Amino acid sequence: MSMIEIGNLDVWFGDGHDRVDAVRQASFSVAEGESFGLVGESGSGKSTILRAITGLAPTWSGQITIEGETLTGKARTRKFYKNVQMVFQDPYASLHPRHSVDQVLGETLHLHGFKDIDARVVKLLDDVGLGGRFRFRYPHQLSGGQRQRVAIARALAGEPDILLLDEPTSALDVSVQAEILNLLTDLRDERKLTYVMVSHDLAVVGHMCDRLAVMKDGEIVEVMSVDALRKMEASHPYSQALLKASIAA
Amino acid sequence: MNMLEVENLWVKFPTRQGIFDAVRGVSFTLGKERLGIVGESGSGKSMTGRAILQLIRPPGIVEADYIKLEGQNLLDFSEPQMREVRGQRISMVMQDPKFSLNPVMTVGEQIMEAYLLHNNTSKAQARAKSIAMLEAVSIRDPERVMRAYPHEVSGGMGQRIMIAMMLIPDPQILIADEPTSALDVSVQRQVLDIMDALVKERGMGLIFISHDLNLVSEFCDRVLIMYAGRVVEVCDADKLHEASHPYTRGLLNSLPRLDQPRKHLEVLQRDPKWSEAPSVGGHS
Ligand SMILES: Nc1ncnc2c1ncn2[C@@H]1O[C@H](COP(=O)(O)OP(=O)(O)O)[C@@H](O)[C@H]1O
Ligand SMILES: Nc1ncnc2c1ncn2[C@@H]1O[C@H](COP(=O)(O)OP(=O)(O)O)[C@@H](O)[C@H]1O
Ligand SMILES: [Mg+2]
Ligand SMILES: [Mg+2]
Repeated sequence: MSMIEIGNLDVWFGDGHDRVDAVRQASFSVAEGESFGLVGESGSGKSTILRAITGLAPTWSGQITIEGETLTGKARTRKFYKNVQMVFQDPYASLHPRHSVDQVLGETLHLHGFKDIDARVVKLLDDVGLGGRFRFRYPHQLSGGQRQRVAIARALAGEPDILLLDEPTSALDVSVQAEILNLLTDLRDERKLTYVMVSHDLAVVGHMCDRLAVMKDGEIVEVMSVDALRKMEASHPYSQALLKASIAA
Repeated sequence: MNMLEVENLWVKFPTRQGIFDAVRGVSFTLGKERLGIVGESGSGKSMTGRAILQLIRPPGIVEADYIKLEGQNLLDFSEPQMREVRGQRISMVMQDPKFSLNPVMTVGEQIMEAYLLHNNTSKAQARAKSIAMLEAVSIRDPERVMRAYPHEVSGGMGQRIMIAMMLIPDPQILIADEPTSALDVSVQRQVLDIMDALVKERGMGLIFISHDLNLVSEFCDRVLIMYAGRVVEVCDADKLHEASHPYTRGLLNSLPRLDQPRKHLEVLQRDPKWSEAPSVGGHS
């Protein structure tokens, strides 16, 4: 079954003279348990696709179907947010500076309607490799990698099926990136998760994903398998250039 | 010939928990070469670069046996003398051009101002030189860029403008602190190529600070690897992938590679000994 089905998606900001067409006619689908990458340079529309799915983009047209349910407009049900969660690049900006880890996770669990909150906070921290000693810390008392673990724990609170990951390791050192990517790999196995991962780093997408879409100026120029990527078999000139630039670097 | 000699450099910050040593006994020399400084965030790369130019803000303290620029010890220089060094002999390019350019002045006004500061000449001459500088950093429509405000140019363009401005006084040394980290890979390459050509043409020394091992390995001649304020290893840039220090090896192995698929990435196991061992000398 397709977990995510995107068809002829257009997303735009503003109107008339000021209209920005951020995504144009994007189509792809992601199977259950699959990891799908979105790559392309900054401004090419990668984040906007994730935002349209989660109801954070103001205006869009086309088709977005998640686990068989076709979405409209910006409204998303509580069930949707239980099943689909997003993790952002900058965990510092996405965590409230005056809320402790315990508050962040506790409130999220409460919103999802759980009762056994205490036990679940402990379990979540354990699942993302943060022991109990981090439970009452505030964001400024955590390193970048630890903050990203908290953001992942929060995303996992509702026991989602799908994680939308927007450059989740781009702000981290490579050593910390390795730890977070390993964590995401293990969580996917344990929880049978489906990932969509945005990254500007082809090696990261190659490591995490099965297939990927290459974006340029709001359009998907190519959908390819990671096997093809590894063999340098991009067919569109832009993907070839992107591949060349990242191999050389 | 060494243009710059740094011996036993320390950068210290008094904190509530006592003195924090951000840079601990770093020594190196710089000739007409591209010297890379790599390491994780917080390892002291930026503080090393800034300390050379005495750009560490109080309460930070810089100590060294000496920091010699062509034989003259910069530690003996007064602040006005240092300003002259910063304006004319050593230039620094930072990560984000948007914060280094004045947002309310056009690009042209800023470059011309920089040029007039260093050259006793007419406005018309300054304008012609500014356009030539923009062309030198591969900006195709310099006339239009001259009229633009910083927010109207892309990141890659902004960084090229910064490099143009830094090169106006014809400095002997350029310190580039993560100059391309905010740019896309494709643009990154263009900016590096431009910087490279200029450094070669003018026989400059370059200190290239980056957290990106692959980039430094490809772009520099020699590399200092920093950990917790110390230099743990020095090597030729093209041999970085054969580095022997377990920290350097750990960083290299933690990178995902398209040509070597694996389920889990290697995780760096830190050894307290790495930060205790004395700094390795980076003399050429
Ligand atoms: N809130 C917004 N208002 C106007 N334009 C926007 C907004 N958010 C994004 N855009 C534009 O949409 C395009 C795609 O942006 P984005 O999806 O963030 O790119 P990416 O994630 O690939 O870097 C860019 O041109 C960006 O400037
Ligand atoms: N004003 C300050 N007070 C205390 N510590 C500081 C201050 N500024 C920087 N540091 C510390 O100095 C260390 C080195 O910083 P920096 O040179 O910027 O690292 P890098 O550029 O390698 O990421 C870091 O641990 C940082 O937290
Ligand atoms: Mg984005
Ligand atoms: Mg720095």
